[in-house]
Amino acid sequence: MRKKLGNMNKRKIRDLIGTNLMLIGTLFASVLFFLIFILLFYRSALVLENTSIIDILFSSTWNPDNGQFGLAPIIIGTILVTGIALLIAIPISLLSAIYIAEYAPTKIRRMIRPFIDVLAGVPSVVYGLCAFLFLVPLVKDVIAPLFGVRTTGLCIFTAAVTLAVMVFPIIISLCVESFCAIPIALKEASLSVGATKWETVKKVVFRASSPSILAAILLGFGRAFGETIAINMVVGGIPVMPSSVFQPGETLASLIASKYGELMAIPLQESALMLVALILFVVVLLFNILGVFILRRAKKRWNY
Amino acid sequence: MKKSSINQIETKHLNVEFHNHPVIKDINIEIPAKQLTAIIGPSGCGKTTLLKSFNRLLEIQDDVKITGQIVVDGINIMSAGHNVPDIRKKMGLISQKPYPLPMSIFENVAYGLRIHHDKNAKELAENVQHCLQEVGLWNEVKDRLHDPASRLSVGQQQRLCLARAIAVQPEVLLCDEPTSALDPIAAQQIEKLLLKLKKDYTVILVTHTLRQAKRVADYVIFLYFGMVIEQGPADEFFNNPKNPETKAYLSGEIS
Repeated sequence: MRKKLGNMNKRKIRDLIGTNLMLIGTLFASVLFFLIFILLFYRSALVLENTSIIDILFSSTWNPDNGQFGLAPIIIGTILVTGIALLIAIPISLLSAIYIAEYAPTKIRRMIRPFIDVLAGVPSVVYGLCAFLFLVPLVKDVIAPLFGVRTTGLCIFTAAVTLAVMVFPIIISLCVESFCAIPIALKEASLSVGATKWETVKKVVFRASSPSILAAILLGFGRAFGETIAINMVVGGIPVMPSSVFQPGETLASLIASKYGELMAIPLQESALMLVALILFVVVLLFNILGVFILRRAKKRWNY
Repeated sequence: MKKSSINQIETKHLNVEFHNHPVIKDINIEIPAKQLTAIIGPSGCGKTTLLKSFNRLLEIQDDVKITGQIVVDGINIMSAGHNVPDIRKKMGLISQKPYPLPMSIFENVAYGLRIHHDKNAKELAENVQHCLQEVGLWNEVKDRLHDPASRLSVGQQQRLCLARAIAVQPEVLLCDEPTSALDPIAAQQIEKLLLKLKKDYTVILVTHTLRQAKRVADYVIFLYFGMVIEQGPADEFFNNPKNPETKAYLSGEIS
């Protein structure tokens, strides 16, 4: 009897320890978020004292040695690279996701899906290397001449295509999942009034899963916006306002990767890099919040 | 008793297999036009499968093998070269649980009309109103036609699905236990509607409630383990069943 009681106490203590460990883990993960934000904010204060945020965002001269931290060319570079990447990735991913979920025979679907999930997990440096070895010469010798432009191949366009390829598996995988989650009875409802498969896909499947598609795109955007090393390898790395997509450029994330070594020695320049990191952090955060918000609203509206 | 005139649907040696597992076995039935035919039988006996074979809806699932003939209005729809959407347009489907499309109440009914006819806005609105009136939903929704259909109650959604089905002027209504997800009052409304609609449509009702079949059916088909055990006019079927298994089912001995 006594032994049993002792046992009970031990179990209680174990339960207590387990509960608190989990709590600590959760707290640690969520506090980290705020810590990073505070750190970035605090460390970028120095550069904001010297130059106004308006100047930094809209001035086009990036010359840290002269204390000029105009981010405009880099922001434009980031928008161009991310925008073109999504422009390429979204239609191709959607078509492929629809094919996999709705048209492909089960056998092929079972073969393709794990393959795509693996692609989503390939380290980005591998994509960067492949792009450097194959895409850069292709852009230099074939694609740019088609447009009558001369380029080294290390340019915004190359970076955008690389990024598009990296975003494919994410968008495809999430979209396939959401298409497959649509109840078959909903498709039957559409088919049984005499709609063709394509009409059903277009008007019912797409519509019913549009919030998830949007969420997938926003996640893809998050990846594209923050992607660093693969871009760094092929974008050219020159923080000058690009005059065409075949010009070299620079993105926010890639800028940090290329400059942190040389700039960390001087407080003001370090602070400027911290500000760039803060911008990345805030933009990705905003897009995530937007994604969650849209998803929640649409779910309420259509009950899927 | 109505004279059963022409048969709307006949099947000849219909067999259906899912993943090499037979679900429907050599079925030969005749479904009279403009009457209410009830398909009854215990759960899992193939009622829904049989129903969905009529508008070739089984084919969208994987690994289905269908053999035999399904003759609709004298034409074998299983033979090659048919435009499947046209076959399906002839037969509206009402599912167990209502599935309104992810759009407004109005657009749900207009969905089929927009696909099949080039109607101007006024004709479209008139058609939609007519269909909603047919199912007794007009007065309840006329002030909120552009609300999402998902905001309706389940019973209203089921009537909306009925309106969506009759909008494309089918000849047959395939109803797959349409009242099983509804409360008693909503279920009664649907039953009444089906009785009204059978004047203009051939109604095929899959049900597992015997009482419902007794209340509404003109013609009954009894399925058991994928086979037709007995079929015939309702009063004959219920009052004077010939097959011992039918007798057992009617008395509640097998279910």
